[in-house]
Amino acid sequence: MEGRAAAIKKVLVIGSGPIVIGQSAEFDYSGTQACRALREEGVSVVLVNSNPATIQTDKEVADKVYIEPLTFEVLEKIIEKERPDGILATVGGQTGLNLAMELHNGGVLKKYGVAFLGTDAESIELAESREKFNRLMEKIGVPILPGKTVKDFEGAKKFADEIGYPLIIRPSFTLGGTGGGTAYNEGELRQIVGSAVRFSATGEALVEKSVIGWGEFEYEVIRDADGNAAIICNMENFDPMGVHTGESIVVAPSQTLSDCDHQMLRDAALKIVHAVGIKGSCNVQFSFNEDTGEFSVIEINPRLSRSSALASKATGYPIARVAAKIALGEKLHEIKNAITGTSAAFEPALDYIVTKIPRWPFDKFPGTSRRIGTQMKSTGEVMSIGRTFPESLNKAIRSLEVKIPKEMKMEEHIQTPTDLRLFAILMAMRNGATAEEIHSKTKINRWFLNRIAEMIAIENGIKESGAEGGAGLSREIILEAKRAGFSDAQIGKLCGKGEMEIRKIRKELGIIPVYKVVDSCAGEFEALTPYYYSTYEKENEAAEMDGKKIVILGSGPIRIGQGIEFDYCCSHAAFAIREMGYKSIMINNNPETVSTDFDSSDRLYFEPLVFEDVMNIIENEKPYGVIVQLGGQTSLNLAEQLHKAGVKILGTSVEGIDVAEDREKFSALARKIGIPQPENGIAMGRDEAVAVASRIGYPVVVRPSYVIAGRGMEIVMDENELLDYIDEAVLLSENKPVLIDRYLDNAIECEVDAISDGENHFISGIMEHIEPAGIHSGDANIVIPNMRLSEKEEEKIIEYTEKLIKELGIIGLINIQFVVKKGTVYILEANPRASRTVPFVSKAIGIPLAKLAVKAMVGEKIPKITPKGGHYAVKSVVFPFLKLLGSDIRLGPEMKSTGETMGIGKSFEMAYYKAMLASGIDLDKGSKAAFLSLRDEDHDYVDELAAMLRKLGFKIYGTIGTVGAVENAVAIPKISNGYPNVLDLIEGRRVGIVINTPGKRIKAQEDGILMRNASIQNKIPCIMNVNTAFALLKAIDTLQKKELDIRPMDEYGE
Amino acid sequence: MKAVLVLKDGTVLHGAGFGAKKEIEGELVFNTSMCGYQEALTDPSYRGQILLMTYPLIGNYGVNKQDYESKEVHTRGFVVRELSRDFQHRIGQENLDEFLERNGVPGISGVDTRFLARHVRSKGVMPAIISAQSGEIDTSALLKKLENFDYSKMDFVSEVSPREKSIEGAGGEKKVALLDFGVKGGIVRELVKRGCEVHILPSNTSAKEVREIGPDGIMLSNGPGDPAMLGSIHKVVRELAGSAPIFGVCLGHQIIAHAFGGDTYKLKFGHRGSNHPVMDFVRKKVAITTQNHGFAVGKIPDGFELTHQNLNDKSIEGIRNKELGIFSVQYHPEASPGPHDSAHLFDEFAKLMEG
Repeated sequence: MEGRAAAIKKVLVIGSGPIVIGQSAEFDYSGTQACRALREEGVSVVLVNSNPATIQTDKEVADKVYIEPLTFEVLEKIIEKERPDGILATVGGQTGLNLAMELHNGGVLKKYGVAFLGTDAESIELAESREKFNRLMEKIGVPILPGKTVKDFEGAKKFADEIGYPLIIRPSFTLGGTGGGTAYNEGELRQIVGSAVRFSATGEALVEKSVIGWGEFEYEVIRDADGNAAIICNMENFDPMGVHTGESIVVAPSQTLSDCDHQMLRDAALKIVHAVGIKGSCNVQFSFNEDTGEFSVIEINPRLSRSSALASKATGYPIARVAAKIALGEKLHEIKNAITGTSAAFEPALDYIVTKIPRWPFDKFPGTSRRIGTQMKSTGEVMSIGRTFPESLNKAIRSLEVKIPKEMKMEEHIQTPTDLRLFAILMAMRNGATAEEIHSKTKINRWFLNRIAEMIAIENGIKESGAEGGAGLSREIILEAKRAGFSDAQIGKLCGKGEMEIRKIRKELGIIPVYKVVDSCAGEFEALTPYYYSTYEKENEAAEMDGKKIVILGSGPIRIGQGIEFDYCCSHAAFAIREMGYKSIMINNNPETVSTDFDSSDRLYFEPLVFEDVMNIIENEKPYGVIVQLGGQTSLNLAEQLHKAGVKILGTSVEGIDVAEDREKFSALARKIGIPQPENGIAMGRDEAVAVASRIGYPVVVRPSYVIAGRGMEIVMDENELLDYIDEAVLLSENKPVLIDRYLDNAIECEVDAISDGENHFISGIMEHIEPAGIHSGDANIVIPNMRLSEKEEEKIIEYTEKLIKELGIIGLINIQFVVKKGTVYILEANPRASRTVPFVSKAIGIPLAKLAVKAMVGEKIPKITPKGGHYAVKSVVFPFLKLLGSDIRLGPEMKSTGETMGIGKSFEMAYYKAMLASGIDLDKGSKAAFLSLRDEDHDYVDELAAMLRKLGFKIYGTIGTVGAVENAVAIPKISNGYPNVLDLIEGRRVGIVINTPGKRIKAQEDGILMRNASIQNKIPCIMNVNTAFALLKAIDTLQKKELDIRPMDEYGE
Repeated sequence: MKAVLVLKDGTVLHGAGFGAKKEIEGELVFNTSMCGYQEALTDPSYRGQILLMTYPLIGNYGVNKQDYESKEVHTRGFVVRELSRDFQHRIGQENLDEFLERNGVPGISGVDTRFLARHVRSKGVMPAIISAQSGEIDTSALLKKLENFDYSKMDFVSEVSPREKSIEGAGGEKKVALLDFGVKGGIVRELVKRGCEVHILPSNTSAKEVREIGPDGIMLSNGPGDPAMLGSIHKVVRELAGSAPIFGVCLGHQIIAHAFGGDTYKLKFGHRGSNHPVMDFVRKKVAITTQNHGFAVGKIPDGFELTHQNLNDKSIEGIRNKELGIFSVQYHPEASPGPHDSAHLFDEFAKLMEG
């Protein structure tokens, strides 16, 4: 390409690390796309990311892959070793951007002659520093909200006295607005400014006039070094200002702007990117007062972002790909639009409406406030496409896979927004509230509310038609409802019929969906992309494909317990099917992911993952079979219904799945083939539960059947706790029994991932949990190979695994969890599907498990494979507690983590230390003092812990109960009993680590919760388990005199 | 109200009627802009055409008194997927349904507009008829009616060009003679904004009459129809060459091509939208442009250079003759609706007028 910087032959790309709230799979998507775009230009790519569950860390994506902690020191080592010509900082989220800025400011880039590619450091500084940005906006005449950068409350108060409340407080250089908020009075201002300053990378926060209630609009802009620029997408937030755009329902394109309004914002967006000097992509956020026509720019993101991923999926325009080419110096018009074959210098025209709805984790964190605001709390999102707003909205709601409460206090959710606001509005309008009334309470644009009113009118029409036994259910009514996105199930419910009955009637009436292409040009050019959505119209553009076609069911929105790992497996399935020469058909609704990139599969359907929508696609495509094992519980739950409808389920049979998933059947099988299980039983109600539990003996683990990631699972200590639990759990899982297991104390938990083709199998090795059994596998630190199991125990595990593969008829993947106690191996559960650990194990042993599993499902035999060895890999995790304050951070059988990191090393200590470092635990950074507060059962370990800490130079504080007898330790009073107490130590950051093992009492002691929350808020590592503490301290001790061993993945296992 | 859309090739689509209860034929064209329908409906270049919006949700912000590009609706019919009968906008005055009814233009909604756009893309623009009625509609009769409709033979310029001359921006420093072939208000606004006194002249104004005004610059406007049919205007423009800088937009651009020995051809389905990328060879930059044309310049006249080119289909978007002080673009620098990327062309025109 002409104009390309010829000197750039090797580029360092920084990923975004573990999935956290505010930084999710979208950066694997954009990073992967960027790597491919760079390599297309002959550039060698060095990729660094600590998250193994990413496509970008596959050896096929980059030339050199480093799965290493994303810290300044590590990056410097990699730069020293690899000597890249340039660094691409804009595809790794805020993490990547901040790190690159540190490397720039620290002189590392200059020292090694590394060019800052794309939008350069000066421009990033302009965009990210509020002060500089505001000055620039004043200069170019783009309105901003009055605001002031402050370092403390006093500064903020002075500003508040000038302009009054409400005020928005935003920390500088952070992710998803952590620590920010809206203050309506001085008290709130004091509190929010305090936390914002703490969370800001620069110790600063911006205090700004609040324009709560104004409309919020976003523009995704792309610009090259010559100043060629285009708006890729404009988006409108359904939720007005006051709710973070990541927390808002968002539609694309904007719906309520006239062309004059739109051009005014477009002009401003372009003016801004020109002035800042963007060379790549940029997200510009505006607030707009629909009553006066005033607007102001809220902020810009000079990088790929969550919004840019959404914009890419909403338009079909591959923003990351184009931005990466621009970073190499290419000009916008020289780059090809991969969809139409024309130039990338254009603005996509949509002929549909896209709706995004966030997915929140409040079901996992009952103690947390459901209020949504300026700080992100959602873990993922769904996107849907329709030809009308109701169609798009209904499909998005369906894609969320959430249970909509049948009753709620509507006002509580409408007035102050919560995750349930949309549903509360629907409910209120069903009960007669007018659009005008809702508007006056929420400021949501009346246009959207009027469309919702139309949806309610359709509902009423269906209801009426059902009055005379469904006689009035005419073709017109059904067609209107389908065109408004109503599902068969919804229609059925409204008129008193079943889903399948409506489906039958509908099909008899010839009302079947068609599929339209997302082509970036509203049909003006012939599209080369196979990216479809369903609607009810005249023309179907998805003509049946030739060849053997295989449908892959995706995993939907990212939620706790069903994260990027499953998308990783689905993407691999598409690659494997392509390698086999068959055609892959992906169905998914998550805009953040690689699987929904239009070139990941032969055909992509952006659709809800429920029976109706999936079955419609199957009827349109007539595939050879469907893969249900890779999309987590979402896809697995569809297996039975699809099977009944005559669809071929590839791999393990539906019967096999059922035996594994049904506790009772599984228990019987285990007994039959002689695999010990912790004593267990099943109970349908309170009385049965009490009987089962007293037979087994407390403590017991209780959970509802058919769950995602231990949802609703708890360890209960006595009958009272059990009864409390039963009363709550019944809500979670109607008509499903409660499962009760003996809880095995202080045992080793381990698990295997295995694949089988029906004859041959491959077992990935045994992963061992570092924490004792009882911590959810998703939250545990895990090491492979195992370290504490005897050879005999290992043999047992292998033997049981092989037995189960055979008995269940596994073809494809299986994950089995075991507990080992005193020489006995017990089985906990078997999941006949891809597990969360598949990407981690695949990376650790250098075998692409998901790909091999898919090939086995489609009929290939598993070849002879030898896993890579000679090293240790440790998986660690990160938690969202910082964003979800108020929830206790104590871990248990219910999964709470959002993402994972991997550390790999020639020794366990090296691997473990790096995994911890990658998860943000860095004891070198804080005070050399530790605070110990252990539960009674752990007091035997106090002396040893104290000795190790002291050896590492730590001063020791603790509760009287814990360190009272420890030499030279300082006992600190309980929080309520004096000063200074542990909170003072933590808030003053006078300790660098808190080791607190909570007692097993469900009603956690208040001191413990306060202490743990304080350590989270002050970003002080809080270790909640003695095993973890020992492992960490040993690792530090071993490595103290050694350098971090940083090496690319291809140097392991040679 | 029911409505039917029948295409000359026999395609029939049933939908709901809105706007005027009426039956009318026109050339079916599609526009890919996602907003700006009011500007499009009142753009005289759409004279004689039935306009289809590819964006499915139309009418969301109603119709207001600001966004008129001329005093009346010029499209003969309007085709949308979903009509919004309520509207939400601070300056909105009436809904699209009432607006079209008041202007005597029928509309059809609820039809598969993407199918239609793709159909036109592959088959080319073609005559179509909309019938919006309360009773049953006989589609075969409609098809028959289409046999006699020939868009290419109609003289739309004289329909939309003013009978009398008028002046906008009176007292402005620079005098512009604007030959109005169906000018969009946006062009006049941009000139007035730059201190021009704009003399808006009927399309049949002679070169002598133009010269008598003593213009500092001559503007050739956009307009509907086939530029090849406007022989007498070609002649007038030829005669005006050299007397003052000339700036042509859209039809004006095509007329310049014809006047100086170039030619034009009919595009299969035209360019209509707000997202067309054009390479500006003078500034060496891409502009995202508003376009609305069914014809394009084929042969560039001798003495003229290519200044702008469409990045999608490489069609000619701008030409220039430096010596004669003539330049023209195929697209709409006045935008409305659409991006303001090319407003600088009016600055350049103003600069040329200063000498």
